[in-house]
Amino acid sequence: MRLRKSLVMLIYLLFVLVPIYWLVNMSFKSNREILGGLTLWPTAPTLDNYRVIFTEPTWYTSYLNSLSYVSMNMLISLLVALPAAYAFSRYRFLGDKHMFFWLLTNRMAPPAVFLLPFFQLYSAVGLFDTPIAVALAHCLFNVPLAVWILEGFMSSVPKEIDETAYIDGYTFPKFFIKIFLPMIRPGIGVTAFFCFMFSWVELLLARTLTSVDAKPIVAQMTRTVSASGIDWGVLAAAGVVALLPGIAVIYFVRNHVAKGFALGRV
Amino acid sequence: MGWMAWTLPTTLFFAGIAALLVAMTVWQTVSPGRERKGFLPLTTSRGDRLFIGLLASAYGHLLVLALTDWPLWIATAICVAAMAIIMKWG
Amino acid sequence: MKTYNNKAWWLVLPVFVLVAFSAIIPMMTVVNYSVQDIFDPSTRYFVGTEWYREILADPRLHDSLVRQFIYSFCVLAIEVPLGIIVALSMPRRGLGVPVSLILLSLPLLVPWNVVGTIWQIIGREDIGLYGWILNSLGLDYNYASNPRDAWITVLVMDVWHWTSLVALLCYSGLRSIPDVYYQAARIDRASHWAVFRFIQLPKLKNVLLIAVMLRFMDSFMIYTEPFVLTGGGPGTATTFLSQTLTQMALGQFDLGRASAFSLIYFLIILLVTWVFYTAMTHNDNKE
Repeated sequence: MRLRKSLVMLIYLLFVLVPIYWLVNMSFKSNREILGGLTLWPTAPTLDNYRVIFTEPTWYTSYLNSLSYVSMNMLISLLVALPAAYAFSRYRFLGDKHMFFWLLTNRMAPPAVFLLPFFQLYSAVGLFDTPIAVALAHCLFNVPLAVWILEGFMSSVPKEIDETAYIDGYTFPKFFIKIFLPMIRPGIGVTAFFCFMFSWVELLLARTLTSVDAKPIVAQMTRTVSASGIDWGVLAAAGVVALLPGIAVIYFVRNHVAKGFALGRV
Repeated sequence: MGWMAWTLPTTLFFAGIAALLVAMTVWQTVSPGRERKGFLPLTTSRGDRLFIGLLASAYGHLLVLALTDWPLWIATAICVAAMAIIMKWG
Repeated sequence: MKTYNNKAWWLVLPVFVLVAFSAIIPMMTVVNYSVQDIFDPSTRYFVGTEWYREILADPRLHDSLVRQFIYSFCVLAIEVPLGIIVALSMPRRGLGVPVSLILLSLPLLVPWNVVGTIWQIIGREDIGLYGWILNSLGLDYNYASNPRDAWITVLVMDVWHWTSLVALLCYSGLRSIPDVYYQAARIDRASHWAVFRFIQLPKLKNVLLIAVMLRFMDSFMIYTEPFVLTGGGPGTATTFLSQTLTQMALGQFDLGRASAFSLIYFLIILLVTWVFYTAMTHNDNKE
């Protein structure tokens, strides 16, 4: 039984890792080797593809653009979601369930539906082609998600803690910042991770709301493909580089990430 | 606001929705309703029934548009009636 | 028990304003556009419900809708059982736990267009491992020209990309089962199947509901991965709803028609979300 379990796990992990290995493998090959035939590892390893990404301004600025709107989005989402999640986890109020449902629908709505009006909206307010436009647009699905996850984590904190603190003379802001937030630190970490992740991987809105100045890495990748034929090596290297922040972030929340995927409610 | 391309019918539509929401809020504060079970297979509050009614109306209008050549006011009339029934007995 | 206090609205207000800005205003705009023949905001004519009639009779919508439902159904039918199996096979303690957690999460962290690129490469018969293996086995596999192969590739890609999500959800559900349950089962000499059926599955019900909802919704709005992998082709074999809509909105800049399409799309989402939400809150109330 034990053995069979490990075997299933190993086979699945192999299934997960082989495509990623293939990407990494390609990123170290020259284009001639890639197109020349199938090789299981780079026969003449080269760092040229990575050199292109780190020296050509279009590549590294697009990388920085992505990082800037993603961190803005993370910050905004957390700031507004924390108090709201507290309200949902502790109080009942007029229209609370409907409000929660409405937030949920925005997480579920396809970005394609909002494409056209977003384009018009951000052009009208003069934010088109700025990182803040993408950050705000991504709030559409990240804020509801953040509220949802945080609400789950907060609900598992016993309510007696709030009451004791209020009896001890804490005001709400002081209690919230000094006592409550440290208690749900794992929840905050996981929420930040999810906001980061979903903003980082999104392409459709990020591509539509930017053109030149704020072009994100994901858009840069698709545009290079269509413009100058396909430069597989550089594309693979860009893919690897785009994977790195996620791996770095997940390392910090690895112990809580499973609970986060369950939206804090298990 | 120019880019939003407002028209009179859509303005009236949204004004109507907003008015409905305000009215429901006032109604709930003046005389709070309770959740109950009607002919719908789940317990609903007033707000739930309003939502069910609105969603059903939207689908009703689409159905009429897709399958018939009737003028739209027939669909609207049917939906208003259905809405009243859902609100009262749903 | 939660206390009733309408002052809590002040805490929700920032979220409300922010999401209203990026959800309600665009939604109003979509409604406005959908009743007009519109080239740009200054050149427009009121056409009433004409676009809706046209869209509802448009074979493009019908086809991609049918494709979309079949696709989402396949995704659920494969990913949910597979995710449960993987979660049951997770190591319970030791170094294996964090390692497999991180490795499992890897596909979720890959930007969606890179997911498309990865499978675009690995499926090619000349430079991709899988395509090459399949063709050396004598199978005539080519996702760029054969609709069936394209379908399978998109589906396998989705399984690769998202099964980890289901697995992680189930894993966290399983972890919340106290050890005494398993001990009791061992004393009773319960079979593996009985343990799964009467101890693990009931505990998984809540997380599975979330998993099914998230997977259904996300597969229902899939755009980037097939767009990069197949471009919707060959022909329109893998053109799903979001891509049809995007083509209409940005490709042809057909604003009125695209807006009517958007609203119908949104109404479907709204109905399905409501069903799931009702089922979820219903579950919560029962406990």
